[in-house]
Amino acid sequence: MSLWNKHEVFEKHSIVLVIGILVVVAIGGLVEIAPLFYLKSTIEKVEGMRPYTPLELAGRNVYIREGCYLCHSQMIRPMRDELERYGHFSLAAESMYDHPFQWGSKRTGPDLARVGGKYSDEWHRDHLANPRSVVPESIMPGYPFLLNAKVETRDIADHLKANAVVGVPYSEEQIGEAARDLVAQANPDSDNVDAFLERYPNAIVRDFDGDPKRVSEMDALVAYLQMLGTLVDFSIYDNKANLR
Amino acid sequence: MEEGFFAAFLVAIAFACLIIAGKTYDQVMAFHMSIGSLAAAAGAFVIFKHYFDGRAPAPQEVDGKPNYSLGPIKFGAWAAVFWGVAGFTVGLIIALQLAYPVLNLDLPWTSFGRLRPLHTSAVIFAFGGNVLLATSFYVVQRTSRARMPGTIAPWFVILGYNIFIVIAGTGYLLGATQSKEYAEPEWYADLWLTIVWVAYLLVFLGTLWKRKEPHIYVANWFYLAFIVTIALLHITNNLTIPVSVFGTKSYIVWAGVQDAMVQWWYGHNAVGFFLTAGFLAIMYYFVPKRAERPVYSYRLSIVHFWALIFLYIWAGPHHLHYTALPQWASTLGATFSIILWMPSWGGMINGLMTLSGAWDKLRTDPVLRMMVVSIAFYGMSTFEGPLMSLRSVNSLSHYTDWTIGHVHSGALGWVGYISFGALYCLIPWLWNKKQVYSLKLVNWHFWISTIGIVLYICAMWVSGIMQGLMWRAYDQLGFLEYSFIETVEAMHPFYVIRALGGALFVIGSLIMAYNLWMTVRHGEAEEADTVPAGSMAPAE
Repeated sequence: MSLWNKHEVFEKHSIVLVIGILVVVAIGGLVEIAPLFYLKSTIEKVEGMRPYTPLELAGRNVYIREGCYLCHSQMIRPMRDELERYGHFSLAAESMYDHPFQWGSKRTGPDLARVGGKYSDEWHRDHLANPRSVVPESIMPGYPFLLNAKVETRDIADHLKANAVVGVPYSEEQIGEAARDLVAQANPDSDNVDAFLERYPNAIVRDFDGDPKRVSEMDALVAYLQMLGTLVDFSIYDNKANLR
Repeated sequence: MEEGFFAAFLVAIAFACLIIAGKTYDQVMAFHMSIGSLAAAAGAFVIFKHYFDGRAPAPQEVDGKPNYSLGPIKFGAWAAVFWGVAGFTVGLIIALQLAYPVLNLDLPWTSFGRLRPLHTSAVIFAFGGNVLLATSFYVVQRTSRARMPGTIAPWFVILGYNIFIVIAGTGYLLGATQSKEYAEPEWYADLWLTIVWVAYLLVFLGTLWKRKEPHIYVANWFYLAFIVTIALLHITNNLTIPVSVFGTKSYIVWAGVQDAMVQWWYGHNAVGFFLTAGFLAIMYYFVPKRAERPVYSYRLSIVHFWALIFLYIWAGPHHLHYTALPQWASTLGATFSIILWMPSWGGMINGLMTLSGAWDKLRTDPVLRMMVVSIAFYGMSTFEGPLMSLRSVNSLSHYTDWTIGHVHSGALGWVGYISFGALYCLIPWLWNKKQVYSLKLVNWHFWISTIGIVLYICAMWVSGIMQGLMWRAYDQLGFLEYSFIETVEAMHPFYVIRALGGALFVIGSLIMAYNLWMTVRHGEAEEADTVPAGSMAPAE
């Protein structure tokens, strides 16, 4: 009985109760979260990862704004059927520059972690504008308005700067040239393409939305989708070195 | 003093919002800052008006009884009814969109991706949040036998919280989201919620400090755990760097795998502390009150309180099995999820056994029946949860509609029913009525929505497991048997059944809204305030 009486201290002093609650709820979070920042095995070392280009980042923000992550995951699990359906399982390193992560929690539609390069730009354009024009059974909403929405370029440098603050390694040059780079990636005829490709090696330069006159949100979103999962070259990646 | 502080604060907010609204070229930001500026200015105006009218502050006691502050509770209760009906309706719309995609209308503001966060936030934070605010203000005053401190502070909390809801909800429709599930509002809304939440904690603690009862009643432990932990979760999960103070967009400080871990540490504990601890507090006050029986076991409440809050916080990583999160973390999450089964059922037992000697009331009192069934749903979904957290089960259930079904058995059954029960008790008490307008309508509400829940969760169980099995099915030649789109097609009939279940739940909530409205308008008046305050002392 005496032990139960000891509980009185929590029942009679609200601040003691608050402190008790804080201590008890802090433990689990600390044990599970803190090690992820210093255990080197958390994120494997891979070749090929680079920060998003300004156009891809703008596309990623359209992806977030429209809530695509609510129906499409970007996290392939290491199971036979998923490897065959979607490709190599996702690595932690592949989302190391993702603020926030887009792993998702639901597959109303298929996983998109490696959708890059699987379909043509034209397919993406038609599919985004009217999904049932290319997949009759699809239940995805249509996004025809993306074609007519101009990408905001005024503050794209500030977006890169904010990413740099949270740890994405954008250089001063990449931040300074962000607006020009954004336009160059969607226009293969631009004079700035070479400079852009120097800053972002292996990035895809194409007129993604089929309209060379302007950079639309469709350009940005398709540019993002086409690079998803393509940065790491799995023909040279040694998955035995990073078994998990 | 209090008036001066709040007036100065609101005037400052009004000007700050006005400046940002004037300077931004982000239209969503301009719209939200205009709302903020108008709301703050209106608040300041009301404070000034009361001050210059020379209104005396409300007395602490009337005729030797505490003069409880009921205005903010009445507002919160009706806000809960309104947001509940609205949130359930949006849920029905998105359920229909999955069955009939043409309903997305191909417009940005009406597509599934923007409406889904509107649904989740409206039911969890707008409906659930207002229920929690209203009941916590009621319970803490009653069990402390003291009036809440301040005249403006409680109003600031309840109105400020609802402003946050409006900012968050309109933001989703207009495309302002940080994409963290159940924490979608952008940085400025998060900042505002933090201020409101600190005020909430202070009002709650302030009432406890004024209490005339020696002990803090068990319901208040749960409310306190809910308030304190939600603050911790909210701040950690929403640490962002805004692109500019004049824009809505921000970037979260966490990246990739760490962000996933922080997000689901938050996400699962939004379930654990918002939707469980908070609503267990409601159970611990309203069930004994309605059954007119003391809480079954005082010791069980102590053990299950500390065990629940200690264990819940670990469970988050079970959302990340087989992902790029290290396996040690997700296994740890699953282990604690299994252990968590025990304190969860401890709470269920404590709630159900409170009815000892009063079980006959289930036949005659549909309000009590609703609350008891909610506890049964709580037991069911806290059994299903640990099961789904197992690695092998999760490999099938993850990414499928089984998860959606599981969430809704907890949300519709447990959170929904305990809230409805609390509202059916609270509104007659607040307006001094003997009883709700019609117990018969409560009965209708109960049965219609129960059928709705059963349709909903059965459809999602079947379709979820079917979907998981179809994804991993192989034919005799060793090829994947189904393309993805074939699994989508197979879901259609179940999406229709689910929408039907949702429609029944919406109809039930409309019956409740009508019944509660008629209670306030035409309910039979209670002669005197006969709700005994002293009977809620801890069962020692």
